Amino acid sequence: MSVAGITETVQYLTFKLAEEIFAFDVAKVREILELTSITKVPQTPEFMRGVINLRGSVVPVIDLRLNFGMQCTEQTVNTCIIVVEVNLTGEILVLGVLADSVQEVVEMEPDHIEPPPQLGTKLNTEFIKGMGKVENDFVMILDIDKVFSSEELTDIQGNTAA
Amino acid sequence: MFKEHIATYREEAGELLAELETSLLDLEETPDDDDLINRVFRAMHTIKGSGAMFGFDDIAAFTHEVETVFDLVRNGKMAVTKELLDLTLKSRDHITTLLAASVEGAEIDNAAGDALIAGLRGLVAPSKANESQPEDVPSAAANTPADQIDQADLQTWRIRFQPNRELLLCGSNPVSLINELRSLGDCLVTAQFDGVPPLDALVGEHCYLYWDIVLTTSRGEAAIKDVFIFVEDDCQISIQLIDDQAAGEPEYKKLGQILVERGDLSPEALTQTLNQQKPLGELLVDQGAVTSDKVLSALDEQQQIRKIRQEQPAADASASIRVPAERLDQLVNLVGEMVTVQARLTQVSNTLGDATFISIAEEVERLTNELRDTALNIRMLPIGSTFSKFKRLVRDLSRELGKEIEMETFGADTELDKTVIEKLNDPLVHIIRNSIDHGVETPEKRVAAGKPAMGTIRLGAEHAGDSVLITIHDDGGGINRDAIRNKAIELEMIPANAELSDQEIYSYIFAPGFSMAAKITSVSGRGVGMDVVKRGIEGLRGTIAVDSELGKGTTITLKIPLTLAIIESLLVKIGPSHFVLPLGAVEECVELSRDDIRAAHGRNLANVRGRLTPYICLRDQFAISGARPDIEQIVIVSVRGERIGFVVDFVVGEHQTVIKPLGVLYQDVKGISGATILGDGSVALIISPGDLARMAETAELDQL
Repeated sequence: MSVAGITETVQYLTFKLAEEIFAFDVAKVREILELTSITKVPQTPEFMRGVINLRGSVVPVIDLRLNFGMQCTEQTVNTCIIVVEVNLTGEILVLGVLADSVQEVVEMEPDHIEPPPQLGTKLNTEFIKGMGKVENDFVMILDIDKVFSSEELTDIQGNTAA
Repeated sequence: MFKEHIATYREEAGELLAELETSLLDLEETPDDDDLINRVFRAMHTIKGSGAMFGFDDIAAFTHEVETVFDLVRNGKMAVTKELLDLTLKSRDHITTLLAASVEGAEIDNAAGDALIAGLRGLVAPSKANESQPEDVPSAAANTPADQIDQADLQTWRIRFQPNRELLLCGSNPVSLINELRSLGDCLVTAQFDGVPPLDALVGEHCYLYWDIVLTTSRGEAAIKDVFIFVEDDCQISIQLIDDQAAGEPEYKKLGQILVERGDLSPEALTQTLNQQKPLGELLVDQGAVTSDKVLSALDEQQQIRKIRQEQPAADASASIRVPAERLDQLVNLVGEMVTVQARLTQVSNTLGDATFISIAEEVERLTNELRDTALNIRMLPIGSTFSKFKRLVRDLSRELGKEIEMETFGADTELDKTVIEKLNDPLVHIIRNSIDHGVETPEKRVAAGKPAMGTIRLGAEHAGDSVLITIHDDGGGINRDAIRNKAIELEMIPANAELSDQEIYSYIFAPGFSMAAKITSVSGRGVGMDVVKRGIEGLRGTIAVDSELGKGTTITLKIPLTLAIIESLLVKIGPSHFVLPLGAVEECVELSRDDIRAAHGRNLANVRGRLTPYICLRDQFAISGARPDIEQIVIVSVRGERIGFVVDFVVGEHQTVIKPLGVLYQDVKGISGATILGDGSVALIISPGDLARMAETAELDQL
């Protein structure tokens, strides 16, 4: 069974958050950086880790683990920042995402991607485009635009006033 | 290619419309100024002409109607009246709408345009009745029959129209220009072929011909020049008045004289030929001094003669170039990067301590600073362009409210960064609207108070260090302090027994939802306007000062930094994080020891040379973990005329800050206005003292 909206064979970048494997469409990924010093912006939610200097521009970095209710990302040699392009209400926003480790780029055919189960993922299935399978592991393909245009992210404006 | 032209047209039309507005407003003051009338006419003519050229037919058609009326004014057949100016200003707005609609493809309100045209025609009609000789509404298509024109006004012009060879390549058609000339009056056209090369050298796309035209018209030289307005750079055009019937000189010129005048024949050749006593034209052709068609053309002219030499004004060679704004932004961005790298270079050179290296770094620093200043200078524009907009606002609004207000401006050539000027627009609109609505009284009240009936609003700009001061002064009723105080108490913004300084009281007029207007009018009363002002000005890192005297008037002074891109700032450290504070507002730095904190009994007040200064502990405010050092430092900043301290761990020193936006995600974070990149590549946040002070204030009020 395939997922509506996924009709072509697309390459995905897989990465790990805790023990689970997630994936982004490579077309959305701009680059992968080593972890650099992140400047926290005061009075913002915990999952917004702060901003980094990406060759002269200031790019926000967020921690998806906190978004998905996991523990805050701990820094290891494998920790890196995946820079992605997000379509936020029509505008392209460049954003860094913390990942425990980046795995590989895999090709997945639409036939091998299934819709996310309603139960059991412990995640908000709205963010998940589909579940793919690479060898013996399940890969959760994230819908970047949805993750980042979710209310949480645009709500920051509201709860920073404190 | 064509798209580019259209974009250029829009840009130019925008500029012309602005110029048109300024000229119209000036014309209101000096209705007899021919120069202004001509400027108005030229602006409209160009909008129309290039509009038609690039397919903006509706704009061309509409502008044509307005132009027609102004043509009558230009020829002295109609006086400049308030009604005419009103209608023309509205028409200008309509053209702006049309232009905008053509960009967005929006629906066009034809009814509005038709109403304006009808109004303009209505103005023409009565003036026509007064004329002894009614002149038909001239249009490019309709030929004004020569015999209908008052004979006394007829003038005969000699025009030599010599296009550059490439004229055809630019898309201009000489035939249509000549036809347009024909529509002006009785016209005799002689084509000159002597420039045509032999067939093998002939390029089909080139124009080798030129024309001698003898035109009898009542429309004057300007009308003729207008025909050539789009090609004057690509052609040699000479226009000479050769016969003015009004001046009435009965004598005709001789053929030889004409040829000499035209420069086709030297006086020597003429004398020589005349000596041979043959019919002159024949002789000249025989001798090959001129070609036969030149003689024919000269003979044609002989019938309508008299000459006053008119010099063709040299086309203005513009000393400036048009550059897209993005390119400038890019340049400023690059300079910004450069400043960052240079900071790093200086840091590294100082660490290494190598004398040669340090001197190179210093040299680079000097050059970078110069480069920065130059790059920022390029973006500077005189603020005057916005001033004319406000003149219009004052004019329209004062009339609407039945007040007589005159607007004076000064310092229109004060230069400010382009983006700053754009962002100043809204706040200024609100301040001026407020001055008109609340400030200046009605004429009756003014006279009763012993003031001239005509109120004055002065808008001006001047440089003050690295800032620009913009003052808006009105000679109206002033601000009633007690009324504001009572209103603030009523709205529970302050306790009833609060002791407030004048400045503090005035600051309430900028509070959201605060309005002194008893009822909501179309102009004001919603309590939004001044809040917009405050936000707008603070967004520009500027400050507002209000000064008012009851019965005498109000002065609002805006202090705006010259540029938004790069600022001087103070770099401070709290725990591991760096922050920067805009240096312009920093007054001094003092130490804060444990003993001082103990002495204040838990209140956030510091004793600075006997003055109590409230402070905000940034470590607490920003929830930065870690222990406070034994000796902290307070950076004292002036916020809305008050001294407020910001407690930091350590003041690093001055820093050239290239402002980077934080982006949409962080756009509404309070207290932080942007970010910058430090020499070591890490990011430091820019603190907005005004925001923080307000947040601390509201937080404390909530606790009470």
